[in-house]
Amino acid sequence: MTAETGEGKIPVIEGAGCPRGNDYVRQELTAPRRNIATSVLVEGGELPLASVRLTSPIPREMIGQAMEEIRKVHIKAPVAAGTVVIKGLMGYDSDVIITKDVGRGEDAERNKGMSGAV
Amino acid sequence: METRDVVIVGGGPAGLAAAVELYKQGIRDILIVEREKHPGGILRQCIHDGFGLACFHTTLSGPEYAARFIQEAKTMGIPCETDTTVLHISGDKQVTVVNEKGIRQIQAKAVILTMGCRERTRGAVGIPGERPAGVFTAGVAQAYMNLYNRMPGREAVILGSGDIGMIMARRLTLEGAHVQAVLEIQPFPGGLPRNIEQCLNDYGIPLCLSHTVTDIHGDARLTGVTVCKVDENLRPIPGTEREYACDTLILSVGLLPENELSLEAGVEVDARTKGAVVDEYFQTSVPGIFAAGNVLHVHDLVDFVSIEAEELARGAAEYVREGRLRECGIELGAGAHVGYTVPRRISGGRDVTLSLRVKGELQNCSIVVRQDKREIARKNMKRAIPAEMIRIPVKAETVKGNGKLEVSAEW
Repeated sequence: MTAETGEGKIPVIEGAGCPRGNDYVRQELTAPRRNIATSVLVEGGELPLASVRLTSPIPREMIGQAMEEIRKVHIKAPVAAGTVVIKGLMGYDSDVIITKDVGRGEDAERNKGMSGAV
Repeated sequence: METRDVVIVGGGPAGLAAAVELYKQGIRDILIVEREKHPGGILRQCIHDGFGLACFHTTLSGPEYAARFIQEAKTMGIPCETDTTVLHISGDKQVTVVNEKGIRQIQAKAVILTMGCRERTRGAVGIPGERPAGVFTAGVAQAYMNLYNRMPGREAVILGSGDIGMIMARRLTLEGAHVQAVLEIQPFPGGLPRNIEQCLNDYGIPLCLSHTVTDIHGDARLTGVTVCKVDENLRPIPGTEREYACDTLILSVGLLPENELSLEAGVEVDARTKGAVVDEYFQTSVPGIFAAGNVLHVHDLVDFVSIEAEELARGAAEYVREGRLRECGIELGAGAHVGYTVPRRISGGRDVTLSLRVKGELQNCSIVVRQDKREIARKNMKRAIPAEMIRIPVKAETVKGNGKLEVSAEW
């Protein structure tokens, strides 16, 4: 697909495979947004970290500041995927959520066999 | 001896998807054997998002994608033995496993190979120089950062533009390291366009095509690398040397299907994919042994690993029920500009979807399937690149007789 842009002009987009492609290119050309994935520290967990992501993308230029905010988060094991650790990150309509279950370190031996089930 | 209808070797995305689909097909006597402490495979450390667009129409992180299958398998009560390694698989489907309780053999009716792939190392690509600490494969650096909270280094150069290499360029940058460049020996990128944009361009990390590392410096720890431009035969051009001072070299120089166990079982391996030669049921050259996912051929998207493993499970379920599968006597080969095709044999009696990769970057091309020079399927593409696996459906009614099929790219 192709897109034409110019100072103060509305982009002209052609050849998109679907409406979402159109929207995506418009966003990329005007105000690109990104999701980010990183980790937060977990105290007493079977792993030292729990991975996190945003529930919706934020402006690309805010990623550095978002990392600073997320770095402040420390949680205690056990934690479950889906837990919101920051609601409305920096005022955006986007939450930071845990994406991985992390059990307590002391339960690690018991959890690993998982009573024969996955 | 302990018996099972199906033993699945590896609890990553392919093994989990195969287990869930087998259960849905009515096969209940299943065992997943997993070497790590938890199922999920490499997805556990792939914390970035972008997984699940094809299967779930949403974008998930790796652990979330894996959890969907793990949860389903758990609900079905499918057993998964973790911390357990398969030592050997015999041609008559006896699987030798070992864990802290001891060693034992399991007689299976069918064995499913889903061991995934391994990273090529410095030794595999033969980079000369000193042997200091600080040279990591991308997946090892990813495990350090995303599982164990360890920073591989501060000043990095990345060799190879595979997806994991680019994703690690972003990950290192977000955690405060400086990534000087991603070098790629080929004249085209190894990874997906979205990763070039979101992992490199977003952070101003240059991608240097037709460049490679020709020397590694450092005593205890890496101090720098020598980088050269390469010619069209991928040979370094004398006089183009440039020194990069760095403490970390990340290698993202390709993945190889892990087939040690398959070979012991007598499974024939394809020289191009380095995975098993399979038919449309994903059955290998040994009846009752099946393979799917990255152990079969390296995928770029996990969604297609899951879809492939589900297709495999439908074949394996039929094999367990009937004791045999329809004969696949029609050979399938890669023609002009196509690197490989999976499967390599089909029956002609069912609709099938072929997976393939092109050899170079192509614009406005068609992927064409021919039988004895007669066109039987075509897919037109604005752009085809080696980094993106292509799937093309072939209808059973278009296949006549036992003549060989050939897939080529033309324009």
